[in-house]
Amino acid sequence: MTWHTKTLTELSSAIAAGETTSRELTEHFIARVEAHDGELNTFVTRTFDAALAAAEAADARRAAGESLGPLDGLPFAHKDIFCTKGVKTTCGSKMLDNFISPYDATVVEKLQAAGMVCLGKTNMDEFAMGSSNETSYYGDVKNPWDTSKVPGGSSGGSASAVGARLVPATTGTDTGGSIRQPAAFCGITGIKPTYGRVSRYGMIAFASSLDQAGVFATTAEDAALMLQAMSGFDERDSTSIERPVDDLVTGLGESLAGKTIGLPKQFFADGLEPEVKAAVDAAINEYKSLGTEVKEIDLPNIGLSVPVYYVVAPAEASANLSRFDGVRYGHRCDNPEDLTDLYKRTRAEGFGDEVKRRIMMGTYALSSGYYDAYYIKAQKIRRLIRDDFLKAFEEVDLIAGPTTPGLPFGLGEQTDDPVTMYLNDIFTIGVNLAGLPGMSIPVGEASGLPIGLQLVGKHFGEAELLNAAHQYQQVTDWHKAIPAAYQ
Amino acid sequence: MSLDSGAVKNIAHLARIDVSEADLETYTKDLSNILDMVDQMNAVDVTGVEPLSNALDATQRLRADVVTETNKREALQANAPATEDGCFLVPRVIE
Repeated sequence: MTWHTKTLTELSSAIAAGETTSRELTEHFIARVEAHDGELNTFVTRTFDAALAAAEAADARRAAGESLGPLDGLPFAHKDIFCTKGVKTTCGSKMLDNFISPYDATVVEKLQAAGMVCLGKTNMDEFAMGSSNETSYYGDVKNPWDTSKVPGGSSGGSASAVGARLVPATTGTDTGGSIRQPAAFCGITGIKPTYGRVSRYGMIAFASSLDQAGVFATTAEDAALMLQAMSGFDERDSTSIERPVDDLVTGLGESLAGKTIGLPKQFFADGLEPEVKAAVDAAINEYKSLGTEVKEIDLPNIGLSVPVYYVVAPAEASANLSRFDGVRYGHRCDNPEDLTDLYKRTRAEGFGDEVKRRIMMGTYALSSGYYDAYYIKAQKIRRLIRDDFLKAFEEVDLIAGPTTPGLPFGLGEQTDDPVTMYLNDIFTIGVNLAGLPGMSIPVGEASGLPIGLQLVGKHFGEAELLNAAHQYQQVTDWHKAIPAAYQ
Repeated sequence: MSLDSGAVKNIAHLARIDVSEADLETYTKDLSNILDMVDQMNAVDVTGVEPLSNALDATQRLRADVVTETNKREALQANAPATEDGCFLVPRVIE
């Protein structure tokens, strides 16, 4: 059976109709991972025994008439940034190579409570710092469309695994584009909700004012189903939003007629590769034929997103990652002479280059004499960027544009200069700074590589965003394309 | 803005990261390049603009001061590199 070509929603119906079982699906996807993951390197840890046990439990519940709902028994995988009790949780770092989490993240608990079957933990850029999955301690992840290309990052393993249909869905996190950019590069659907919508408890912190969990799937409908189960207030996360979760699924079928989509003129300027522009233009035309109005909007300060982000994110990272001290958990250097030597060598050995660079950048931005010039200045411009978006949303319902400036690039092609790598996230970073929900959906291809359209919604506009993505997917087939080697 | 290797040495010390002499040059170059990019911020006039630390203008939530967690010392220390009698072991701090 070709269960891997089905969506999560279709698999859910197949289980409900008695056409298959969770056990059968779980075995099928385990076989997919075993057959293909050698070349893609999407998994850091496989939890197949636990998955089979969970699948049998799901089947037993269903037989007893006690199904937990539409996700019960469906296989997926977690990005290895989420703490999983009793299972190695590495965050892609040597620092946590020996770390067995003593507790579950809220997202892990919630998907478990929905009955989902976790096949393992996916590879990622170290501490989610990267745009190509080349900073992982566990090696590069390959793009399923062309294994000489990067899958994007930081959630590269999660995106590549869904792109290759090794699992029907995965979790991810997005601090500056880490769900949307890899979703675009791997030809799948990815959503990052509003900041505070999904709990950060047990999600290893990178930049706390920007980090947000989300979903990778093959359709907007699947993403809606899973995000619905992940969202909600959590008193264990101090920035979690105390507000009821909207119904993300029921409104998917609504017409887009009369809605207005804003196109930021800054997203269509020089530097956008022509193939990407052509695919995005075609997608916008498709939206026009779905009845939406389109108008140009101005985000005058959006060009400052990258500089602002590379102050705010490293500053927060330098504080968050100070917990890795070789004392309580994680890597520890051998034979430390004194406490300072313990800290310095533990951190020198445990962290990779990109993580060290960002900790040092953040340390500098927060240091005495530079704090106002860097950190406070960046937070002030962050307000200008956020306010530009809020002003634009007075006139439009959604914002659309390219997810990335170019096609997936080659492994090793951009590793020499960090600043070149940082510019990959030029269209996605502003959305995190403004705390808005964002998505990427596949809307074309060039040279056999997928192209993503970014959709951005108002604060708490997840339902509207998913509705817009779903409507596009009702009249197009880009989301159904599967790389030839993985059909 | 350019940094010299002395400044980077000091930053590495503040960050408690050992950086070898051989790597110092690369970090100096990379951090200087990042700071050059960040310096685009200098062109912006932010007079009268308040810093934004939470995109939703949320304020810190407080909870009642009650016990929510029970003692899980053994489970939490299972990951520790070195412990003794329930304490974390570190190199001698007091002579």
